Amino acid sequence: MKSEADIEQIDVDAVNSKTYRSLYEARKKIHPKRATGDFRRFKWAVMFITLGIYYITPWIRWDRGDGLPDQAVLLDLANRRFYFFFIEIWPHEFFYVAGMLVMAGIGLFLVTSILGRAWCGYTCPQTVWVDLFLVVERFFEGERNARIKLDAAPWTPSKAIKRGAKHFVWLVIAVATGGAWIFYFADAPTLLVDLFSGQAYFAAYATIGTLTATTYIFGGLMREQVCTYMCPWPRIQAAMLDEHSLTVTYNDWRGEPRSRHLKRMRKEGVSTGDCVDCNACVAVCPMGIDIRDGQQMECISCALCIDACNGVMERLGLEKGLISYATLNDYDANMALAGAGKHVGSPQIIPENVRDEFGKLSERVKRFSPRVFARTRTLIYLFVYAAIGIAMLVHLGMRERLDVKILPDRNPQFVVLSDGSIRNGYELKILNMKGESQQFLISVGGLQNPKISEAGSIYAADNWLATEVPADKTKALKVFVAMSRDHLRQSSTPFNFIVSEMGSTDQKTVSSMFKAPREIAK
Amino acid sequence: MADREIDEATGVETVGHEWDGIKELDNPMPRWWLWTFYATIIFSIGYMIYYPSIPLIEDSTQGISGHTNRAALQVEMAEAAESRQVYLSQIADSDLQVIRGNEELARFAVAGGDSAFKIHCSQCHGTGAQGSPGYPNLNDDDWLWGGDLDAIYLSIKHGIRNDEDDDARYSEMPAYGADELLERDEIAQVTQYVLQISGQDHDRELAALGEETFGSECATCHGPNGGGDREFGAPNLTDAISLYGNNAELIARQIRKPKHGVMPAWGDRLSDETVKQLAIYVHNLGGGE
Repeated sequence: MKSEADIEQIDVDAVNSKTYRSLYEARKKIHPKRATGDFRRFKWAVMFITLGIYYITPWIRWDRGDGLPDQAVLLDLANRRFYFFFIEIWPHEFFYVAGMLVMAGIGLFLVTSILGRAWCGYTCPQTVWVDLFLVVERFFEGERNARIKLDAAPWTPSKAIKRGAKHFVWLVIAVATGGAWIFYFADAPTLLVDLFSGQAYFAAYATIGTLTATTYIFGGLMREQVCTYMCPWPRIQAAMLDEHSLTVTYNDWRGEPRSRHLKRMRKEGVSTGDCVDCNACVAVCPMGIDIRDGQQMECISCALCIDACNGVMERLGLEKGLISYATLNDYDANMALAGAGKHVGSPQIIPENVRDEFGKLSERVKRFSPRVFARTRTLIYLFVYAAIGIAMLVHLGMRERLDVKILPDRNPQFVVLSDGSIRNGYELKILNMKGESQQFLISVGGLQNPKISEAGSIYAADNWLATEVPADKTKALKVFVAMSRDHLRQSSTPFNFIVSEMGSTDQKTVSSMFKAPREIAK
Repeated sequence: MADREIDEATGVETVGHEWDGIKELDNPMPRWWLWTFYATIIFSIGYMIYYPSIPLIEDSTQGISGHTNRAALQVEMAEAAESRQVYLSQIADSDLQVIRGNEELARFAVAGGDSAFKIHCSQCHGTGAQGSPGYPNLNDDDWLWGGDLDAIYLSIKHGIRNDEDDDARYSEMPAYGADELLERDEIAQVTQYVLQISGQDHDRELAALGEETFGSECATCHGPNGGGDREFGAPNLTDAISLYGNNAELIARQIRKPKHGVMPAWGDRLSDETVKQLAIYVHNLGGGE
């Protein structure tokens, strides 16, 4: 077991803690130290996966047949189609996207009610890109102390080179970020060539420019200020938390009273908590807070302080988890056990209350239990989430790939023909949402002996009409339906258009009205 | 100037005013705000130089760009015209049948004809081409002067019964009553006969008498059976469609002192491409032959 003398006391101010924060002062720069540990490894993995998905997805190919895009994920705004692997969404099916957004919202409720601001800490693009930018910063300017020194140093060629290189790489990352975004909206390989040959649309360049600027400014320059001052999510997410949610917590009941000379004090019989006040948790915090001040608005739950503290605890030979994911319920129970009530940083913590005679943590201390996952609240979220998901999947599996829309002529409503029969005109729109060109048969149900013809067609009127609709297209055609006066009883006769696909059972029946002169009603 | 007060909590001067105990700090503007403000000022100088900006008594400064909304509109209109020209030149060079047979060209012609129809034709024929008494309905299959593409094209190009175009087709029905070519009861008999051949209630005896008169006086133009003759624009009297109404009184009135519709010649007013598009559009309305 090492002595606490080996633990470096870091000279650091939590610039955003209540004590130091002043709304009347300019922002103090934060120089987060690199953390190592399980959570940091997990965050690297998340960064690797999310960035990988973001950059690679537009380049995945997916064969859909002739004339259709072969990009797996494509938001084709010009042709109003959304492609996602084997799913193709037309504008009138946009509710799938709305449903996904609702699911994303409920999913966020679910995760937040269990794990607090896990979205902020691990997967939010702001967090991921800031992490990436910090890697670059560390590469060129060194670790925390070196960066502080460089900040204070006068401008020299060496400082200029370091700074310049850092900003250059940041800008390259920012351009790549903005550049990757636009590939979701057009055929990626074509667009890449067009981009470099200057043939791409202005909107493409403007989008890259905008996203480059936001990535560079948010990720490189503004960092934690985006989360604290600009982002509405934290305020909303805070409302999802309750006393059963796991949040990053400094366990005062175990850490207090702090002592920089833990071993000596204990040897001398003075009871102390486990916190050696090394400030490792403060040094690694990208938000510039001291987690030991308790739950704070700024905390994004990135858990890097847990890693930092666990490293120290390990070296001291103490149990890990002085800073840990804990629920407010467990925290309060342990605080009560320690005799301190519910108040953070209360002086009445009695270290012996939570420890056994060997100095280990007592059996009576409440620890993490997986039961916090299954609560009424989380189960309801899960149920709603799953219900929407299943409903959409079922709908997706059953959805029709044929749709027909009918617009009857209003001017004139009907035309009297020379043989006295009545003719109505209709604008038919046939949506062939399949990947192949299809033949359709148009007929009419509910009218006696109707004559159907297509405007401009050279074929004579018959009781059916055939038309071809190309793959993945909407065809509009003007259709005339003529009826003998003798078969009409009223000035408005309801009837159906029946559009059936040849060589398949797909059929669509749409109701409409046949209009006739009023005097026809007998 | 009065002594400025320093706020204790912040160490910032107040502006010296007090409202119900509330004082305002004299903080400077946020720098980003100020920079944005300066940037807009610099931008506005460039804008003023580039665009027309400062109003003068009758005009304004023109700016180095010489931009005007009218000129910008003209450029856009010219671009639109250029994009249409691809189709228009094809339409100019093609026969009506060829245009109709080409799906893309036909679609363009129908759309262009629709728009031209709304401007030039709807005043008489109605916005839906449904016509009104005296003005033919173009949706139906009854044509005075022919309903195939070429006949429609000729009717639009030269018009009907006008003085301005020598090729305008002309015909006039004698005023049998006003010019006393037929007696009153003869007119009544012919009226009953016309009611008979158009399949309506009629007086059999009078109609039988009217048939004779019809044979000698009307059949020359309207045909022995009243089927009409498009050569003279003579309407088919046997069908369900009539230009001036088909009850006894309206038919008799038309025999006594007929009305004749006049249509202007559009060949001089509109380009040939437009007339062709109109012909395609009218033909496409449902009655084209």
